[in-house]
Parts: sequence; structure tokens; C-alpha cells
Amino acid sequence: MTAADVAGLHGTRRRPGRTAVWIRPERVKELSLLGVIVVALLVFSFLVDDYFSGRFFNRVTTSVAITAVLAVAQTLVIVTRNIDLSVGSIVGVTAYLTGQFASSNPSTSPAVAIAIAVGLGALLGAINGVIVAYGRVPAIITTLGTLAIYRSWLISHGEGKTITADSLPSWVVDLPTRTAFSIGGLDIRVVFAVVVVIVVVLQVAMQRLRWGRRLYAIGSNPEAAAQAGLPTRRLVLGAFIACGALSGFAGFLFLSRFGNITVVAGQGLELDSVAAAVVGGVSVLGGSGTLVGAFLGAVLIDVLDQSLVRVPQVSEFWRNAILGALILAAVIADVVIGRRFRRRWSAEARPHTRVDGSGDESDATRVPALTAAEQSGRPDA
Amino acid sequence: MPEWTRERSWELLLAVILVGTIVYNATQSPVYLDVDNFVNLFRLSIEKVIVAVAMTFVIINGEIDLSVASVMAFAACVLAAAHESGVPFGLAIAIALAAAASAGFVQGLVVAKTGISSLVVTLAGLIGFRGAARVLLEDRSIGEFPDWFGDLGRADFLGPMPFALVLFLVMLVVGGVILHRTSFGRRVYVIGNNADVARFSGIDVARVKLVLFTMSGLVAGVAGVLFAARLGSVRANIGEGFELDIITMVLLGGVSIFGGSGTLLGVALAICIVLNLRNGLGLANVEANTQTGVIGALLIVSVLAQNLLDRLPLRRREAEVEA
Repeated sequence: MTAADVAGLHGTRRRPGRTAVWIRPERVKELSLLGVIVVALLVFSFLVDDYFSGRFFNRVTTSVAITAVLAVAQTLVIVTRNIDLSVGSIVGVTAYLTGQFASSNPSTSPAVAIAIAVGLGALLGAINGVIVAYGRVPAIITTLGTLAIYRSWLISHGEGKTITADSLPSWVVDLPTRTAFSIGGLDIRVVFAVVVVIVVVLQVAMQRLRWGRRLYAIGSNPEAAAQAGLPTRRLVLGAFIACGALSGFAGFLFLSRFGNITVVAGQGLELDSVAAAVVGGVSVLGGSGTLVGAFLGAVLIDVLDQSLVRVPQVSEFWRNAILGALILAAVIADVVIGRRFRRRWSAEARPHTRVDGSGDESDATRVPALTAAEQSGRPDA
Repeated sequence: MPEWTRERSWELLLAVILVGTIVYNATQSPVYLDVDNFVNLFRLSIEKVIVAVAMTFVIINGEIDLSVASVMAFAACVLAAAHESGVPFGLAIAIALAAAASAGFVQGLVVAKTGISSLVVTLAGLIGFRGAARVLLEDRSIGEFPDWFGDLGRADFLGPMPFALVLFLVMLVVGGVILHRTSFGRRVYVIGNNADVARFSGIDVARVKLVLFTMSGLVAGVAGVLFAARLGSVRANIGEGFELDIITMVLLGGVSIFGGSGTLLGVALAICIVLNLRNGLGLANVEANTQTGVIGALLIVSVLAQNLLDRLPLRRREAEVEA
């Protein structure tokens, strides 16, 4: 989705007048995801008696809080054309160590506990980032390695002991059921509200701050970003640290949600986070995708997850099969819709080439590149 | 002359590590150098090792297949489900292999025709085919296969070697010839180096990718069936997480994750290192889980070392060019 990136990087919105009805591609993705979520909810409400209940809403919002934070964390790294497969292990390590600290210090305050989890996560993320950015080891290799290293450290550190809920300060265990406020009978949990705030703040930062735009720039074209003088290494390191810190926060949420933490806590969450980001329209090739999209991807997966078990006609064993099909459908739809929009965008942009000098050269190169990419879809002549 | 390539120096480094590991292990245990012990090393990981051969092709081609472990389980579950419903066992195996090959074919089709990153497509496959396995067997465990099938998995087939190990060695040789001595093999490298250049040179990129993913699925299916034979019973969760071990072996073998470089010999050496290292660490009373951590560290360090190696000979070669 290079088109919208370029527009955003140079701070140019579409000029009014000529394209008054213009919608940016990522908004289309987000809106269509929202549409799919609504459709899914409606379908399930026909299949399941008493589907819309306060309890169901609570169950979805508490469980989505964790995957949403991880999806957002993963997205920060993926937009730079990297990936972090160690987030599940980071969740495990931070949840376990924070739990261990809190259970041996019963007077631990929320601020301290969260600071430990986030700080620890940031540290582990920094290790990933240094190896990737300064050691020039591909992210998939680095984080595949640290996935194993962090987990095996935790297993030998934990010696098979479990952190139990009753050893934790009561505020930790009570946190998931705390309600921030209620709207029309639906309780908005504190945890969910906090996560929504995090997503919105980071989304605005990614869209408006130089830091965020630069992350997209690196992912769109690392060489060009380096040529343009961006401190690519430092930015990638920053993305990994942010990802680790958010994963640490997710570890804290994991601790408070489950209370009982074993050394295998969080195993497999890395794939869930990538899946949520991908369903949310984030391109694993970097440079494209929004945090709100990743959040909605996490919500959609969670709604399906929590709803399928309640449909009497569908056995619980269908969960993964449906999820896999969903991811594939999402990315294929993304390619098809994205192609159409890009074509329209480049058709519209061409008459304006003089106005936005920085935009036109990328346009000129993009159009043939696009057709080449499209041809790749067909068998070679 | 590129006689002393990056790949050669990498293979040499691997060989040194391997010899070091073997010598160290031999001093730790008197039975270590027994042929039986070596066969045993392979016996317990033979399915992963077989899949690693196919994965080497896929990664050199510039793609990745995360779905292999799920396709293994899928094939094993198809076999078990067919067996349970009374299909003759030979036919059940054929159905299972066909199912696995189609799983690879479908993913290859999506990758080749839409240009979507194989990381995403096969992530969907990882989740989806595991799901399909679960749909087939739910939470049951199916066993009671024919005796000859159990023998296929456990008994000695050639000398002290079980069938799967013989198959692996054959695959290694045949794969090596295809990859390094045929025009198909050259095409795999060219596409991995630069798919656009390959396309403009008239290579049918989509077809090569389709062939590789179908092969990857088929090989994963064979591994899944052999896994079922060795275990004697099948559950939907068999082989979970194998994909990471398999990819680790291939990357440790010096295959570039970006495609276009690496050799099957390197991968074979890396496989031996991983198996010997695990065994040696086991002899030294290091727990299995710490072994996993050590192999993770080895993976990172190996690429760091490659980066350093890359820099040294490159400068030397540039100096030669200038002279």
C-alpha cells in the first residue's frame, strides 16, 4: 500500500474538490473489517439463543485485551518489514517474573508491577532489536532464536513451579473484573478501556508523528529510507523495544487474567499476534497497515473464537480450520481490494504530478512496477 | 574465480563444529561412536529431517513453508480417519499423501498466483491444516494399524537403519542432484536471487513455485505417515511446533532466509550438528529445554558469524578485482 504511505509521509492529504469522496485504502480495510465483525455478530445472533449478553461482551473484551495489545505490538515491528516471533515468550517471561515478584512482595503497587512487566519486556525487545538492527541478522531468524532462548531460560528459571492466583496481591486478580464505566447495561472493563486508549494513542502517533511515518518509510523501502538519511537502525531498534514493552504489558494482563502462571504461559501467542495483524490488513512485506486494523483483526478473531464454541451445530474442533480459512480470505480480499484502489489512486494522481513534486517520481516508478506485479499473477507467456 | 565461495567457507565452519561436537561427545561416553547410537540420533528426529530437505528448496527459492508440521499432522489424521472408516490401508496411505500434496498445491497456487507472501499464506496453512486435522480426529487417538506399518516405522530396514532413514539418505542424494546439477535446480536459485530477473529471463516462476510447494506438502505428508508408523497411534496435535526446528536446521545450514543461496550439503551438516549437539548436551545432563535454548542461540550466532565471514572475503575479492 505504498500509495497512501507516500501521501502520509509528505503530509499531503488528497486535494479537495476533484476527489471529494476519496477514502484512503487503510480506512476501507478498517471499515470492511468492522463490517465483517458486525455481520459475524448478526449471523451468530441467529444461530445462538441469547447471544448478546453482558457476560459474552465481558468475555470477549477481557480476552481480546491481551491479543489486541500483542497485535499492535507486532504491527509496530511488521510495518518496518521485520517480524517478532518471540512475543509469546516475552509474555511468558514477563508474566512469570512479575507474578513471582508480586507474590513475594504482597504490597506491590499496580504502578510497580506494570513498570516491571513493561521494563522487562522492553529489555527483551531491545535484545531482539540490537541483534536485528546492529547485528544485521534477519528478524525472523533472530526472533525464532530468542523465542527458544527466552522460553528455555524461563523453564530452567521456573523449575516447573507455578505462580498461583492466591499468592498474588488481590488487586491483581481482581483487575480483570473491574468496571470502568457502563454504557446501556454493558460494562466496559478497565483493562479493555486502557487497551483501547493505548491503541488510539499509538495509532495517532503512527499517523501524525515523524517517528511513526519513518517506521512506515523504512518498511516501504529500507534502502530508500537509508538513502534519505533516516537513522534506520535506531528506528528499527525502537520498534523492537516498543514491541517488547507492549508484549510486557500484555504479560501483565496475562498474569492478572489467569492468575495461575506456568512456565509455558503465552506459548503460541506469537502466531496469534501475527494472525490478528494480518487479518487486520497489515502487510508482512512492511510499510503498510494500521494499528486500528490490527486491533480490529484481534477483535474479529476473538469474536469468532468465543462465538463458535456457543454454536450447537459446530463442534469446537472447527476453530482452527475456520481461523485458517479466515486469514487466507482476509489476505486475498486485501490484495484484490488493494489492487483496485491503487489503480484508481494512480489514475487520479497522474494529472497532478506537478503539484506535489515529491509524489510524482514515486508514481512514475510505481505504475509500471504495479503492472509487473499484476502480471506475475498470470502464467508467463 | 569464485572457488572459495561463502557457501564453501560456511560448510567448512559447520564441518569443524560437527567434528568438535562428535569428538567431545565421544570423550564423554564410550558408546557414542557406535553405529547404533548414530542411527538412534536420527531415529528420534527423522521426520523433521526429511521435511528439512524439502524446506531447503523452498527457502532457497525465496519462500517459506510454515505449514509443514500441520500438514504432517493432517496427513497422519487423514490416514487414521480413512483407516478407521474401513478403507484398505494401502489406499489410506495413498489418500493421505494425496491430501498432503494438495495442501501444498493449494498454498503454492495462492502464493504463485496472487503474489501474497508465503509467510502469510503458510501461516494460514499452519493454523488451517492443524484445524483440519482436529476436525478429522477431534480429541481421539487412533491406533491399531497393521503390523507391517508399525515395522515400517520402527524395524530395521537396511542394516541397522529404519526405512525413514534410508529414505532420507536417498532424498538427500536425489535432492542434491536436482538442486545442484539440473536446470530446475538453477531456476530455484535464480528465482530466489531475484524473481523479477528470473521472470524477464523467461523462467516460469509461478510453475516452479507451484512444484516446490506441492513437493513440500507431499514430503510433509510422507513424514507425517512415517511419524504415525513410528508412534503407532495418531492424535491431532502430533508434531506441533516442528516447523521451527525444521527451519532452524535449514537456516543453520547456511541457507539464506532471503533466498538464492545455500547448499543441501550445508543443511545435511547442520542436521548432524543439531542431532549430535542435542545428544551431547543430553549426555552432559543438560535438560531438553536448555538444549532448545542452545540451538536457538546457535542459530543467531551462526548468522552473525556469516555476516562477519561475508565481510572478510568480500573485501579480499574486491581488492583482487582492483589489482
